[in-house]
Amino acid sequence: MSLSKDEVDRIARLARLAVRPEESAAVIERLNRVLGMIETMRAVDTRQVEPMAHALDVVQRLRADEVTEVDQHVLFQSIAPAVERDLYLVPKVIE
Amino acid sequence: MLNATVAELSSALAARQVSSVELAQLFLERIDRLNGSLNAFITVDAERALEQARRADAQRAGNAVVGPLTGVPIAHKDIYCTKGMRTTCGSRMLENFVSPYDAHVIERLESAGTVTLGKTNMDEFAMGSSNETSYYGPVRNCWNRGCVPGGSSGGSAVAVAARMAPAATGTDTGGSIRQPAALTGTCGLKPTYGLVSRYGMIAFASSLDQGGPMARSAQDLALLLNAMAGFDRRDSTSVERAPEDYARMLDLSLDGLRIGVPEQFFGEGLDADVRARVEEALHWFLAQGARRVPLRLPNAELALPVYYVLAPAEASSNLSRYDGVRYGHRATEYEDLLDMYVRSRTEGFGEEVKRRILVGTYVLSHGYYDAYYLQAQKLRRLIAQDFVQAYRDCDVILGPTTPTTAFALGSKVDDPLQMYLNDIYTIPAPLAGLPALSIPCGFDAQGLPVGLQLTGNYFAEARLLGIAQRYQLATDWHLRVPREAPL
Repeated sequence: MSLSKDEVDRIARLARLAVRPEESAAVIERLNRVLGMIETMRAVDTRQVEPMAHALDVVQRLRADEVTEVDQHVLFQSIAPAVERDLYLVPKVIE
Repeated sequence: MLNATVAELSSALAARQVSSVELAQLFLERIDRLNGSLNAFITVDAERALEQARRADAQRAGNAVVGPLTGVPIAHKDIYCTKGMRTTCGSRMLENFVSPYDAHVIERLESAGTVTLGKTNMDEFAMGSSNETSYYGPVRNCWNRGCVPGGSSGGSAVAVAARMAPAATGTDTGGSIRQPAALTGTCGLKPTYGLVSRYGMIAFASSLDQGGPMARSAQDLALLLNAMAGFDRRDSTSVERAPEDYARMLDLSLDGLRIGVPEQFFGEGLDADVRARVEEALHWFLAQGARRVPLRLPNAELALPVYYVLAPAEASSNLSRYDGVRYGHRATEYEDLLDMYVRSRTEGFGEEVKRRILVGTYVLSHGYYDAYYLQAQKLRRLIAQDFVQAYRDCDVILGPTTPTTAFALGSKVDDPLQMYLNDIYTIPAPLAGLPALSIPCGFDAQGLPVGLQLTGNYFAEARLLGIAQRYQLATDWHLRVPREAPL
């Protein structure tokens, strides 16, 4: 299968990326070559196979429900692009 | 001293033949001289290195209990977060990112007394096989500066190969330690998944990512792994196991060793010189009493498409955190919140990273999840089961690390499929979660290094290192000095 420009634009929107118009043709062409390679695995019959999400069969560890972290917001916010009164600043979301 | 292994430096430091400060200065000068042309380091912090070296010397002078790595200089792939020191991950997105904490691997190696020389160049977010996707420019191969060093840990590989550091850290998702090790004539080990904590190691594909050592001998890899491996509760997939000495089998006997040789690793696309060198290495092992076990890994050819579904899927999720809000690049001009996300990410990420995010988003999107992502997870199990079956008949699997030696800069960067094929032999091990290493086994007709890959069963690192060490005691491929970085 081959993705159209509209489909690529839709995926890019989902991924919060923009495909620049001047790059669009090359991006779509290369993307479709990668997807064409991936396509080869779809023919294999896997109806009886359990999906493998992880390399090792490990179970999620649980820990006691206790506070283990200390407040480091000043340190963490020191590398943020925009902070005011201990809050991360973003463009207005609600008018 | 520049040409010494970690083990030799450790002995020289213990015998007080050299101080840690002298070693740090020696390697910093070498970096200063070569980095302009090789571009192996993104950040070098001489002051920090010399301070750590002074501390190591003081510990030794004060007769404190010191380990084998106290005072040994090391370089870190710029994917490991270092507190107070820039961590870029090869991306514009993190150009000014200074981590508020250290990665587990950094903590372990610094508490073992190593001296951090700097942070090495890499493919952006570890996505690449040539180091050409780095925002900070490509690393050049010190065997031929017109060639790539491999990737994504190409800066670490060249730092070690060009004697700018005696050892370095790397990370491997689909071959990012072993492939650059092969292309630069160095040694690199990808441990069993879960052995080395991923805490503070910037995530690419979390079910595959694994940190590991890069150095000039198998013995050095063992010394480094001893410090790097270990349980860490901050990584939910860290394995709880009793500590072990990875150098304990360095005098292993090869007599009766069953070496699996998969026909799938010697098929079409394998360069004739690479094949010849790997077969020569195999014959050396057979001459020591090892046995050849012909193998089939019937699903191995599916590894490439499976990997290029799973790794981008996980990457698209992991990289969603880069939104220009809490840290990282933020666009200067935008209309609203959505536009700020889109512009920040579009400016901050390079072409290959964006391609993989798009592929990942597509295979996870509504209507395609079962056909791609779930199918790839099922095939991953078949690939892993092939290995489980294979290890009933053999102790180790031998083959080439890469289909070719180092290729020319720019020759594959515009063709993703050609680039992805470089990892065809290195992708199966991380899909199964198995440990694998690459060591040099000779040169091609152009004088470029060839890598031999040994893949072991789960947690068989000590045995793998022992097998590699026996080979290195009888050969000198790993001791050769790159011709474009003479001593």
